[in-house]
Amino acid sequence: MADVAQSSHAHAVPRKRTRFEKFRQNESLRRGVTAIVVFLLLWELGSRFDEIFGKAWTLPGIGLIPPPTDVAVAWLGVLPKPGYWWSWVASFRRVMTGFIAAMVLGIPFGLMLAVNKYFRDIFFPPFEILRPIPPLAWVPASLIFWPTNEMSIAFVTFLGAFFTIVINVLGGARTIDVRYLRAAQSMGASQWDLFSKIILPGTLPSIFTGAAVGMGITWEVVLAAEMISGGGTQGGGGLGFFIWNSYMGGSLEQIVVGMISIGIAGYLCSSAIRWLGHYFMPWRRLF
Amino acid sequence: MDAVSPEGRVNLNMDGQPSTEADWAVGKSTVEIKNVSKAYGDEWDLDQVITNLDVTVAPGELTVIVGPSGCGKSTLVNLIAGFEQPDTGEVLLDGKIVTGPARDRMVVFQETALIPWQTTYQNVVFGPKLRGDLKGKALKAEAERLLVKVGLGEFVHKYPIQLSGGMQRRAELARALINNPNIMIMDEPFRGLDAMSRGLMQEFFLRLFEENRRTNLFVTSEIDEAIFLADSLVILSNKPASVRKVIKIDLPRPRDYKMLSSPEAYEYKREAMEILHEEAMKNFAADADSGDFAESFRKR
Ligand SMILES: Nc1ncnc2c1ncn2[C@@H]1O[C@H](COP(=O)(O)OP(=O)(O)OP(=O)(O)O)[C@@H](O)[C@H]1O
Ligand SMILES: [Mg+2]
Repeated sequence: MADVAQSSHAHAVPRKRTRFEKFRQNESLRRGVTAIVVFLLLWELGSRFDEIFGKAWTLPGIGLIPPPTDVAVAWLGVLPKPGYWWSWVASFRRVMTGFIAAMVLGIPFGLMLAVNKYFRDIFFPPFEILRPIPPLAWVPASLIFWPTNEMSIAFVTFLGAFFTIVINVLGGARTIDVRYLRAAQSMGASQWDLFSKIILPGTLPSIFTGAAVGMGITWEVVLAAEMISGGGTQGGGGLGFFIWNSYMGGSLEQIVVGMISIGIAGYLCSSAIRWLGHYFMPWRRLF
Repeated sequence: MDAVSPEGRVNLNMDGQPSTEADWAVGKSTVEIKNVSKAYGDEWDLDQVITNLDVTVAPGELTVIVGPSGCGKSTLVNLIAGFEQPDTGEVLLDGKIVTGPARDRMVVFQETALIPWQTTYQNVVFGPKLRGDLKGKALKAEAERLLVKVGLGEFVHKYPIQLSGGMQRRAELARALINNPNIMIMDEPFRGLDAMSRGLMQEFFLRLFEENRRTNLFVTSEIDEAIFLADSLVILSNKPASVRKVIKIDLPRPRDYKMLSSPEAYEYKREAMEILHEEAMKNFAADADSGDFAESFRKR
């Protein structure tokens, strides 16, 4: 009994496991770095093929893309410029606004659809009609509807993530095993207990799946919207405008810099979601 | 299985403080199922699962229900637990009509129903915590006592997925027992365990029952298991289920596995097998096509 009492302070995941995880992660890190290095080398070689073997040897496609070393030089060129960093800030702010709004409205909406039949009967049909419309198809209408460009970008971004999050939350909550609810009911759970102790935690995995997919869509939508709306005049450009601008200016290297920046930004966001998922769902770490 | 220790049992008085009384006052409910019928589906596509079923689960007895797979055993469990309502007839618990689930009837489900996002300990204290009828130190002590009793003292802070099948079943027993129900309902609790752990679990469960003889309804499709455990063996017909026969199993308690090879046990088995075989043949002769097989496989 003494053992039991003491071990209750220990964390749910035993130490051995953590070490193993670390080891495995390092292993993955090593493979990941190798893969990126090899990829960069091949890219460098591919785009410099004509420089090595003569003009006739320009490879289709990759031969026209600037090599990573040139991109790195261009990157070093823009790094000290505040404009580049403001692009990051602008895009991040837009992504976060749309994403958080979609989470804040989408999660309760999805849960309501799942638990209340009347609510579902009323709101699910219109939701299902609006859902297949791609976010970018909303752009013209929202440019007319909202007073500022910034607001229409925010709105379209929000829509992109909202539908995905709602449909995931709904699906997740509806597939919770009825035996969990019944077991809880037998033990005297109230409606609120069922919701907060079974339905909500049971839906968490789907919420995080929805968030991860929604985050990806949000970035797509923000960048496309930044390019379409031309960004510059109101509220500042963002990374989408940075790429558009580089295209207009004819700087191939800067286009690639912009693209890779977006890749990194997206990676940071999905890592954050993964980390939060691990934090909030310790039982899922065991899979 | 040394998990069943003859340790002094803790009783709790109104303040939730352990008192010195020797044993729980284990409630021994009677369940009467009177002329119950239940169907699923719509009027034009009615799936009659139970017809005119009469059974009494006597207080302090271990009543075992056996029946062919898919005959409606789980449906019957759902009716007694109050998860579903019968179409006709009534389910009475100590003379009162069952209208919904309550803590006086605890169900151990067919597959594990431990809540995956709660540790073993959290699963066990779930009920008392919800109701607030057992708190703080008293709750912790009681939960730990039960977990040690079912042999899970070392696995208190593991998640269900980290437990083996047998451990999950025992954790579920502890989760049900802490609510001190008046009747335990077990729906094929040991299905899916390998033969070895199944045997061990049966013996363990029998010790648990013989300790205080809490009214118990045990559903199985395994005839040896049924005879080993039962005071009273209820054999169901094919779907739609009704009672084919009730056999009193007069083997002495405490029982052990060797008794299964005694002539008396053999005679019970022969009698039960004959009826079950008859029922199975009926099903086979009536309309056994591959569709039925696929159906019962899916519903397994
Ligand atoms: N919720 C439901 N809706 C419709 N049909 C159901 C439902 N639950 C059970 N049935 C049907 O009732 C019949 C009996 O099912 P039940 O699960 O009670 O059988 P069982 O005897 O427990 O079977 P098993 O031994 O496989 O567990 C099956 O034909 C099944 O298709
Ligand atoms: Mg069943």
